[in-house]
Amino acid sequence: METKSIMIVGVGGQGTLLTSRILGGVITEAGYDVKLSEVHGMAQRGGSVVTFVRYGEKVYEPIVEEGCADVLIAFERLEALRYAHFLKKDGVLIVNDQRIDPMTVLTGAAEYPENIIEDLKKKYKVIDIDAMAEAKKIGNARVFNTIIVGIAAKHMDFAKEDWIKVIEKTVPAKTIDINKVAFEAGYNL
Amino acid sequence: MEKKIMLGNEAIARGAYEAGVKVSSAYPGTPSTEISENIVKYPEIYAEWSPNEKVAMEVAIGASMSGVRALCSMKMVGVNVASDPLYTVSYIGVNGGLVLVAADDPGLYSSQNEQDSRCVARVAQVPVLEPSDSAEAKDFTKLAFELSEKYDCPIMIRTTTRLAHSQGVVELCDREEIEDKVYERSVPKNVMMPAMAKGRHVFVEKRLKDMSEDACTLPINKVEMNDTKIGVITSGIPYQYVKEALPNASVLKLGLVHPLPKKLIEDFASKVDTLYVIEELEPLIEEQVKSWGIKCHGKDILTIQGEYSANMLKKAILGEEVNTDEPAKVPARPPILCPGCPHRSTFTVLNELKLHAAGDIGCYTLGAVAPLNVIDTTVCMGSSISTLHGMEKAKGKDYIKNWVAVIGDSTFLHTGINSLLNMVYNKATGTVIIVDNSTTGMTGHQDHAATGKTLSGEATYAVDLIDLCHALGVEHVSVVNAFDTEKLKATIKEEVARDAVSVIISQAPCALLKTNVSHKKCYAIPDKCKKCGMCLKPGCPAMRKNEDGTISIDDTMCNGCGLCASRCKFGAIETREV
Repeated sequence: METKSIMIVGVGGQGTLLTSRILGGVITEAGYDVKLSEVHGMAQRGGSVVTFVRYGEKVYEPIVEEGCADVLIAFERLEALRYAHFLKKDGVLIVNDQRIDPMTVLTGAAEYPENIIEDLKKKYKVIDIDAMAEAKKIGNARVFNTIIVGIAAKHMDFAKEDWIKVIEKTVPAKTIDINKVAFEAGYNL
Repeated sequence: MEKKIMLGNEAIARGAYEAGVKVSSAYPGTPSTEISENIVKYPEIYAEWSPNEKVAMEVAIGASMSGVRALCSMKMVGVNVASDPLYTVSYIGVNGGLVLVAADDPGLYSSQNEQDSRCVARVAQVPVLEPSDSAEAKDFTKLAFELSEKYDCPIMIRTTTRLAHSQGVVELCDREEIEDKVYERSVPKNVMMPAMAKGRHVFVEKRLKDMSEDACTLPINKVEMNDTKIGVITSGIPYQYVKEALPNASVLKLGLVHPLPKKLIEDFASKVDTLYVIEELEPLIEEQVKSWGIKCHGKDILTIQGEYSANMLKKAILGEEVNTDEPAKVPARPPILCPGCPHRSTFTVLNELKLHAAGDIGCYTLGAVAPLNVIDTTVCMGSSISTLHGMEKAKGKDYIKNWVAVIGDSTFLHTGINSLLNMVYNKATGTVIIVDNSTTGMTGHQDHAATGKTLSGEATYAVDLIDLCHALGVEHVSVVNAFDTEKLKATIKEEVARDAVSVIISQAPCALLKTNVSHKKCYAIPDKCKKCGMCLKPGCPAMRKNEDGTISIDDTMCNGCGLCASRCKFGAIETREV
């Protein structure tokens, strides 16, 4: 098979790393070669963060380049817009309908773009979701990222059981149950 | 054999474990930190955070001298701090294997410069291995210990951010228990005074020559012959870009990047039509290859800055442009201080007092940019105090009455102590603010000598920063809660006016520390809001101005620090228990 490329983008602190770890685990379970590239350190502090995931028979390059992503998972609207051009022509964009103002907007130096999701829908296949609202519905705002994982799982070719198995292994023991509920909620949306 | 997906850094830790390493020392620094954080999970290895990289290097040297295998890891600027022992241990060599991991940061994800550690290693005459994925990171670490003992030589493993923070599949092996080497007193080898060092320098030159010859048959220097129109010499992460961009090219993949296998390179060059050297940062391989009269392309077609990619190589070598959509024009999102960060409070006060700050290395370097705009200078770890001192000596005590030095607790213990000692010794004046958040924040919460915990989580003596400053001769030391902005303001005013060295410890734990669970949140009361915008000035990312000029606070981000409430004169923000 051809190497598949996935990107997970968001704002430092939103929990994109946990999501990429779950995805990495699922890919490994399926027996593929995989490379994930993450951002740690200063850039993590509220900055724009991106994780690259590539898998297939044999993976060389650990990063995803412009125009090459099969799936782009964005934890925040502006970050979806920032990285949308990384998508392939037929790529899928999963975007969490959340707004976090960057400092440039907070200080008035720049404006937060309007109608991001509507505009992206004109060009790409977009699945949008307010994961924070869904997470609050199940009683824990902090698992919104696992809801996003649930949605992403529906658009990828891995067994649902594998996702659940990896979630059990990856999230802190105390939060396994709520994360499983969140995954189901996302999967069934 | 068990397979696991591992970060490059985790794989290095695993390699050290499997190689029978017994001692590991380090100071946290992106992108090297996770090496120690993973090594400490192996109870067979003693692992520590040292106060700085020089100390860490010397700890590893001592362990090696005593006869065990030792690993020392640091980011590339840490290698500068450790360079004093490094240059000389190159002469001494090893007893038990000694490996230094130097983590470079092409692209400057989290660093103050873009230096190439291979250059340091070349001058220090230390051989360098460069892995190109997690599996190699583990294997090369094990090989490094073998080479170290075989050639009586410390070995550097050079990584980059992209290797250190990429995960890949690794096959796990068992640990090999290595018998300790016998310690024998040897003044000519271990005591580097002039007469002995002269002898060792002869040894070092021969060692490098021998290694260079042996490198031609070293299995990690690998020729992958293919179409001979294009030949590429490469190493590390760029190898992956070469394989992706030029699948038909012939490749000489160097695992040992210093010293170079001259004969192997000459032979490879003679078999290909056009030769390229693809290496990130400095043209270290390219310049040596060219010095042997071999024609090649490298930095003439590729940048010396930042990271490479497959598309970049396709464009430079094949002239192939990849057509992609234009990136959208979007507001930048640079890193910022977290909601509830105590540094924001300290900087808000400094900003209101219109003071300049000589800054240092840590999250608080972000105090340089809008809206806080307080930090004027940042050089390297510990430099805030000494640069303030230099300004005072150059321009006089009145000149620095509107200046302070700002340094974090971990950075102060790293190399700030010497600078403070110097201020007192040389009769300076000036105010040093230690922003004490009880951790090494930026690298992700590592303990240090003042936190009372070791790397393995054991309780230990916590140095008292107040006593320490007094011991250095600082008479005026005050401690203020970083969020008590009124008291902090009064204290700073008083100390800056003083004709003496003074230290203010602005104290509050990092908002992200797991032990620092907040049960408060701030709430906006729109009816009382006068829309003055004072609460927004500190630049908390949890806050936003509504269209009508009032504000809203994101309750999923707010941790109830109350800084915004303290800036509001109208009681329009309340901090409540939740």
